[in-house]
Amino acid sequence: MTVEGPSGHPLLEVKRLKSYFPIRKGFMRREVGAVRAVDDVSFHIDRGETLSLVGESGCGKTTTARCILRAIDPTDGQILFRPTEDKVFDVAQSTRRELRRLRRDMQMIFQDPFSSLNPRFTLLEIVGEPLLVNGMRSGRERQERVEELLRLVGMRPEYMRRFPHAFSGGQRQRIGIARALALNPRLVVADEPVSALDVSVQAQILNLLLDLQQKLGLTYLFVAHDLSVVKHLSDRVAVMYVGRLVEMTDRERLFNSPRHPYTEALLSSVPEPDPRRRSQRIVLEGEVANPAAPPSGCYFHPRCRYAQDVCRTDTPVWEEVTEGHWVACHRAKELELAGVRDRLPMNTAAGNSTNPATNATPAA
Amino acid sequence: MATRAAGKRRPLLRVQNLKTHFFPDEGTVRAVDGASFEVCAGQTLGIVGESGCGKSVTARSILRIVEHPGEIVEGEIRYLHRTDGREVELDLAQISADGPEMRQIRGGEIAMIFQEPMTSFSPVHPIGSQIVEAIRLHSPLGKREARERAADLLRQVGISRAEARLNEYAYQLSGGLRQRAMIAMALSAEPRVLIADEPTTALDVTTQAQILDLLRQLQTDLGMAIILITHNLGVVAEMCDTVVVMYLGRVVEEGSVDAIFHNPKHPYTRLLLQSIPSLHSEARVPLPTISGAIPHPYNRPEGCPFHNRCPQFIPGTCDRHVPELQALDEEESDQLVSCFLYHEPTDERA
Repeated sequence: MTVEGPSGHPLLEVKRLKSYFPIRKGFMRREVGAVRAVDDVSFHIDRGETLSLVGESGCGKTTTARCILRAIDPTDGQILFRPTEDKVFDVAQSTRRELRRLRRDMQMIFQDPFSSLNPRFTLLEIVGEPLLVNGMRSGRERQERVEELLRLVGMRPEYMRRFPHAFSGGQRQRIGIARALALNPRLVVADEPVSALDVSVQAQILNLLLDLQQKLGLTYLFVAHDLSVVKHLSDRVAVMYVGRLVEMTDRERLFNSPRHPYTEALLSSVPEPDPRRRSQRIVLEGEVANPAAPPSGCYFHPRCRYAQDVCRTDTPVWEEVTEGHWVACHRAKELELAGVRDRLPMNTAAGNSTNPATNATPAA
Repeated sequence: MATRAAGKRRPLLRVQNLKTHFFPDEGTVRAVDGASFEVCAGQTLGIVGESGCGKSVTARSILRIVEHPGEIVEGEIRYLHRTDGREVELDLAQISADGPEMRQIRGGEIAMIFQEPMTSFSPVHPIGSQIVEAIRLHSPLGKREARERAADLLRQVGISRAEARLNEYAYQLSGGLRQRAMIAMALSAEPRVLIADEPTTALDVTTQAQILDLLRQLQTDLGMAIILITHNLGVVAEMCDTVVVMYLGRVVEEGSVDAIFHNPKHPYTRLLLQSIPSLHSEARVPLPTISGAIPHPYNRPEGCPFHNRCPQFIPGTCDRHVPELQALDEEESDQLVSCFLYHEPTDERA
């Protein structure tokens, strides 16, 4: 379905997206409730920028990404995608035919380079498949394009007759990236693209992603849980908690002056690769709320150290507190929260490198 | 009565030149190829490295649970075993893997927690009965006392409604709770050494923070030594007193946590530290990388295992001789490094 819209808009606009999964019980598979995996999420991504979706497992970040690609049909909401300035599509409402065309412009890079490549296909077939499906019938043409793509991601084109098992994790991830780029997409959704890789290989892939973005003018939606990686790659960051966005702003503001207590806690729990920066962490009590039976009011209130009565009863509104800084928190305007620059130093002796051996040998 | 030998800081566990090789049909895999380190009571030793560096096999060798076709082929694992109120030094590499002493030590004096608690608990037994079993294996408690002790342990690791939880199955617990239950089970026999193999890798950051806090708290309370195996340099920096960096089965560098992070000597350690983005590094700039990938275990380079990825490779030396882990010249430091940038080759092995 094509929607009328003015030009000069972001590449992607997600409006009030909802994705519920029914919970069925009993002999008749009666619907007794719903897991609200994504619950009223709105954001946009400008052309050429990187937006990261962060949050803990089960927060709905992957579901959001899959809805955008229509790998999952959303329950409600709009996903406005503008491959060119004068065309607008609502991906949430598009027909199969339209989707087939749209998917040339939006591609995905997966987390696990071992399970996302068909072991019985050669590189030529893997990277060439999207070309074939989209009408590039000539084998020679395809081969030339695959060569070009492999070179683009830093692989030797001679490898294209080989099978994925011959390659390391980092090289396989490059192959996955080449496949995603085969059709010159505008939007690339990368779901945890480096979390399965070894530390020394992670940096290579991060550099490649940044380099490709510059060369090809790509727009990234980056789904990740590693905040150090997110900080390195993103222009803007959106934080999700139990299916909802709690905070979204540009990288510097999010990491240095967060406005949501959950963001603050998340930042403080990242262990830093520097023993001189050992800091007092904000350790969140309890567990992530169950999206099938979320708490009342703000979903974060049972774990929030700033919670007041209003947080237990009213759902906070998603509002722009300062320009470009969106927060859903009742106390967003009054709280002074700590970013990564003002971490508190550790005040206990525990874990200190000068910690003397305790003579508290456990009793026999 | 507990012993007081800790006064002169005798290491509880000392691993010397440990070599654990695997002999599958296709050839030999030198998973651990000369690892040496020691750990004292109340201290945390970190073993860091990427996949295939032998960190997990090292841990399994200490507990003598290396799977076939793996074997300890050389080296010593000196452990201060406690029997009848005395401490006896035992070489765990020499005693029988399923003899009485090893069975007393494994899970008793040296306990281990694993990365994925889902696969470490039996899915068809309640966690309570599994913890009770572990308790009764190493103590003469009766069923009822053991159950009470199990509930105490769960409370100690911060699990609420402990009695009710004992009847639950592993799948009913969240990742964080399962890891806590796993730690409770490991603590059941009051171990002197706790080996934690990637204890937080499967967990979210906020849960990771909870578990790291718990481990630190338990160490302060119980005074046990912790060997923390991880690939996460952030976790190492926060938790450890001393650090061992491994690459392809060999220790490339060893030292205090501050020395490793602020004065790394081995090119691999340096590059590893530079290549990780941190919350304080500059965003969206190219990161320094280590060229190439970790070699396949059948394809181990000759000489220094890192030489073909090393920017400071010395032709004729690094590819011919195997460097040994040695102290740096500076006297005051206890930093050890295995690299020809700091030592002349001493052997003629190629």
